[in-house]
Amino acid sequence: MTLPLVEQFAYGLAAPICLTWELTYACNLSCVHCLSSSGRRDPRELSTAECRAVIDELERMQVFYVNIGGGEPTVRPDFWDLVDYATAHHVGVKFSTNGVKITPAVARRLAASDYVDVQISLDGATADVNDAVRGPGSYATALRAMGHLAQAGFRGFKISVVVTRHNAGQLDDFKAIADRFGAQLRLTRLRPSGRGADVWDELHPTAGQQRQLYDWLVAHGEQVLTGDSFFHLAAYGDALPGLNLCGAGRVVCLIDPVGDVYACPFAIHDSFLAGNVRGPGGFASVWRDSELFADLRRPQTGGACQSCSAYDSCRGGCMAAKFFTGLPLDGPDPECVQGHGERALAAMAGAGAPRPSGDHSHRSRRSGAVPVSIGVRPAAGGGLVTVRPPDRACDENPLAGFSPLT
Amino acid sequence: MSTEALASGVRAGFDLDRPWQLHPQVSVRPESFGALLYHFGTRRLSFLKSPALLTVVSSLGEAPTAREACRRANVSQAELPAYAAALETLARSQMICARAES
Repeated sequence: MTLPLVEQFAYGLAAPICLTWELTYACNLSCVHCLSSSGRRDPRELSTAECRAVIDELERMQVFYVNIGGGEPTVRPDFWDLVDYATAHHVGVKFSTNGVKITPAVARRLAASDYVDVQISLDGATADVNDAVRGPGSYATALRAMGHLAQAGFRGFKISVVVTRHNAGQLDDFKAIADRFGAQLRLTRLRPSGRGADVWDELHPTAGQQRQLYDWLVAHGEQVLTGDSFFHLAAYGDALPGLNLCGAGRVVCLIDPVGDVYACPFAIHDSFLAGNVRGPGGFASVWRDSELFADLRRPQTGGACQSCSAYDSCRGGCMAAKFFTGLPLDGPDPECVQGHGERALAAMAGAGAPRPSGDHSHRSRRSGAVPVSIGVRPAAGGGLVTVRPPDRACDENPLAGFSPLT
Repeated sequence: MSTEALASGVRAGFDLDRPWQLHPQVSVRPESFGALLYHFGTRRLSFLKSPALLTVVSSLGEAPTAREACRRANVSQAELPAYAAALETLARSQMICARAES
C-alpha cells in the first residue's frame, strides 16, 4: 500500500519541488526582519557562468521552477540575462523584489512571458506601517512597481506580506490592494532568522492575532497564498491549503549567493549547511548525498510534542523558528497555538539562542534606501561580465500554489 | 472546473473513449511514488500517486483512447474507475487535455 503523500515527501524527493535561490546579498534596502541579513554584496558571489551552470543542473534534475530572491536580485547586472537563460532551459522563475527596478519597460517584458512570475514585497498596507520595517520610501516604490505591472497587463503577480504585530490588523486592506492591481495576495510567517532574530520578540504576532489570522486564512481558502508557512496554525483545527509539513531538506532548500546550500531559506546557519554547488558533483550531489539532508529525511520523533493531541496537525512547527529562538528542534514551535512554546521560551529567560551565521548588513545603519551598484564590463563575446563577484532576497516559498490533487 | 462549465453541464465523469494528451505546457518528473507534474501556464503542481498512473499518462498521447492507454498499462477492469477518476482530476486542472480525433 502506498504511503500518504505527505509521508512520501518526508522521505525526500529526487529533486526539490521548491528551490529558493538567493542571487545576491546586495540590497538597496535594510529591512529590519531580513532573513538573510542582506545589504552588502559578498565578493565570493557566484559569477554569471557559475549561475548558468547551476541552471543547467536544475534543468537536468527537472526542477520546474526556482524562487529567486536576495538581497534584491534585480540589482545584479546579469539578472535579466539569468532569467532568460533559466526560462530558455525549462526552469521557470518566480522572483521576489522590492520593486526598485520594475520600470514600465521591464513590466511589459515580464507581462509577455508565461515562465516568469513576480512577487513584490510589502509589509504594511499603509506607508507608515510598511516603511517602519522596510525603510522610508519603500511603500511608494512597491506600489509604483505594482502599478507598472498592472498597466502592462501582468495579471496575478504576487504581493508578498510578512505578517507582523503591526500589520496583522490590515489583512483586508492588503487583500484590497491585491484586488486593485489584479494581483494575488501571499502572506508568510515572520521568522526569527537573519536580522529577524533581533526584532522577532517585538514584531511576531500575538496569540490573539495568530487566531484571527488563522480564521482569516480559512475564510479565504486558496485565494490567498501562504507558502505553506503557517502549518503550525493547523493545530487550531482544519489544515490550511497546501502542504502541512516542514519541507526542509526534503522538498525545499536554499542556494545562497556564494553557492552554499542550506536546508531551507529560513535556516542560514552552519548547523543547516549541506554543501556548496561549487563542490564536486555540484548541486545534485549536495541534494542527493548530503549527510544533513539524509538526517532530515529520516523519520522524526515528536520529542516533547509527541504526546500532544495536535502533533499530527502541526508536526511540531517550524525548525528554523525553534532553532533561532533557542528551543530544542524536537520541542514545540515558539508560536505553538497551545502556548507550549511561549512557556518554553519563558523558562529559558532569553538564554542560548544561536546567532545567524552571516551578517551582510550595510555597515552604517541608514534609515533609508542606499544606492547599490555592481561593476560590470562588456564581455569579449558580447553580453556582460561581472567584474567583482556579486551579494540576497528575503522570502520565498517553495510550495506556494501547491495543490495536492489526486 | 469553473462553475460556468459545471452550470453548462459540460460533463460529469471522464470520457475514456476519446484521445487525450499531456498538456503541452506540463512537465513530468518521475519520483519513487509516481511522478510530479508542473503546469507552466497555471503554475500549479500536481502528482501521480503510482508508477502505473504515470505509465498511463505518459502513453495518452500515443494511444487512440484513454481506455486503450489504460489497457496498455495493464490496468484491470476493476481498477478502471479509479484511473478514470484520477484522469478526470488531471483534466480538470488542465494537466491533460483532449486531443483532436485523428
